[in-house]
Amino acid sequence: MLIKCPHCGARPVEEYTFLGDARPQRPTSNDPSTMEQWFDYVYLRDNPKGRFDEYVQHSGGCRAWLVVSRNTATHEIHGTVTARDWTKSRQGAKA
Amino acid sequence: MKYSVFSLIRNTLSGHRNWAPAWRAPEPKTSYDVVIVGGGGHGLSTAYYLAKEHGLTNVAVLEKGWLGSGNIGRNTTIIRSNYMLPGNNPFYEWSMKLWEGLEQDFNFNAMVSQRGVLNLCHTDAQRDAFARRGNAMRIDGVDAELLDAQDVREMYPFFDFDSPRFPIKGGLLQRRGGTVRHDAVAWGYARGADSRGVDIIQNCEVTGIRIDNGKVTGVDTSRGFIGCSKLGLAAAGNSSEVAALAGMKLPIESHVLQAFVSEGLKPYIDGVVTFGAGHFYVSQSDKGGLVFGGDLDGYNSYARRGNLPMVEHVIEAGVAMIPGLARVRVLRSWGGIMDMSMDGSPIIDKTHIDGLYLNCGWCYGGFKATPASGWCFAHTIARDEAHGLNAAFRLNRFRRGYMIDEKGQGATPNLH
Repeated sequence: MLIKCPHCGARPVEEYTFLGDARPQRPTSNDPSTMEQWFDYVYLRDNPKGRFDEYVQHSGGCRAWLVVSRNTATHEIHGTVTARDWTKSRQGAKA
Repeated sequence: MKYSVFSLIRNTLSGHRNWAPAWRAPEPKTSYDVVIVGGGGHGLSTAYYLAKEHGLTNVAVLEKGWLGSGNIGRNTTIIRSNYMLPGNNPFYEWSMKLWEGLEQDFNFNAMVSQRGVLNLCHTDAQRDAFARRGNAMRIDGVDAELLDAQDVREMYPFFDFDSPRFPIKGGLLQRRGGTVRHDAVAWGYARGADSRGVDIIQNCEVTGIRIDNGKVTGVDTSRGFIGCSKLGLAAAGNSSEVAALAGMKLPIESHVLQAFVSEGLKPYIDGVVTFGAGHFYVSQSDKGGLVFGGDLDGYNSYARRGNLPMVEHVIEAGVAMIPGLARVRVLRSWGGIMDMSMDGSPIIDKTHIDGLYLNCGWCYGGFKATPASGWCFAHTIARDEAHGLNAAFRLNRFRRGYMIDEKGQGATPNLH
């Protein structure tokens, strides 16, 4: 697998560290009434077979946090953006 | 037909042309009492114990590919019960006891070989941890022996004992651990279940789960609707996909784990050995190939194949432990999809949907658990309640905070 880092270009997979699903949203409240949201965020995963957005750090390169869109059935990489841009575009989509 | 030395002689004399198929290929009926999704080791053993222990024979096992095409044929065939935590150890020890009587039980040669599983330690702290683990095992009635470096040297003189980086200080040995011929486990359970009346339906993919008023009524499949009052899911790496058909979201991620076999060698390693300074485990098959594996690739995958960096990593760990491996050639490698749970331990439980039962989260320890998993899942389905042995493997333990985290990694499936 070659992943194209927005800063460094196409680099081999061993330079990257995978954190996992980028979709779960961290709850903003610590109130016990948000327990269900926390449970969902910490433990439950959609785990799709197909297109999957994941947090990946280019730990062996520029150390930037990225969001890689990848097909989990074929390992095809659809695209890479910085985690910052990805979050902004999600917030933009919501607003 | 019962296999025996007489049936072997009789069929040899007739040129092996008259062996009966080991199981039927039935058309699916319109409904069953119990339907199991997944014709791998766990699904087949569940069907076997449903019929044998609970007298439930109106049972179907639905397999989307061919029988045993998943992880039951993709593992490194190791059996052991060297766990530490209370919820785990009695379960895996029960599995070991079932392995010990399995071949007589289902009249099939699964080549159960209790050749010993040795975990190496490389630091004093690791030896302390092994002493603790060994004591925990012995409290639960499991055999465990703490070896010093000299003991290990007598068993495996060709290890790199004096490596400056990873000197071998000793190991924890479970003599009752070993290997089993994995395909034969699937075949033996299939044959045993089939002969008791269970229908094993291959090339039958489940495409939908029908639920009416909170109760399971059947499954839509590639071969039509099949009704059932109880539905057991044992879909391993595809558990999330199958559970999603019932609207459930699981604490599971699917990851790829690679395994390897070398060219055939003369008898070299007579037990199972694991490296303690990296993730590497090896045994030698009866054909002579070294069967070995390591860690997950680390990213979510359903692809059944991994990438080169993990191949290199596994082999580097192997050569660090046994320098003589450096010139052995790898013959084959393959990948399997692991249902990695959030605490590294499995789930065998009822669900909030009446008649829907779940068996998943085996991470990469599912093979050794095959007999006990089926035995406990059958009990859970037949009695509609967990057996004491799987009482800790509840789905709601994540919500309640009762994790069984042997490795202490927390909710990070790719690190378990």
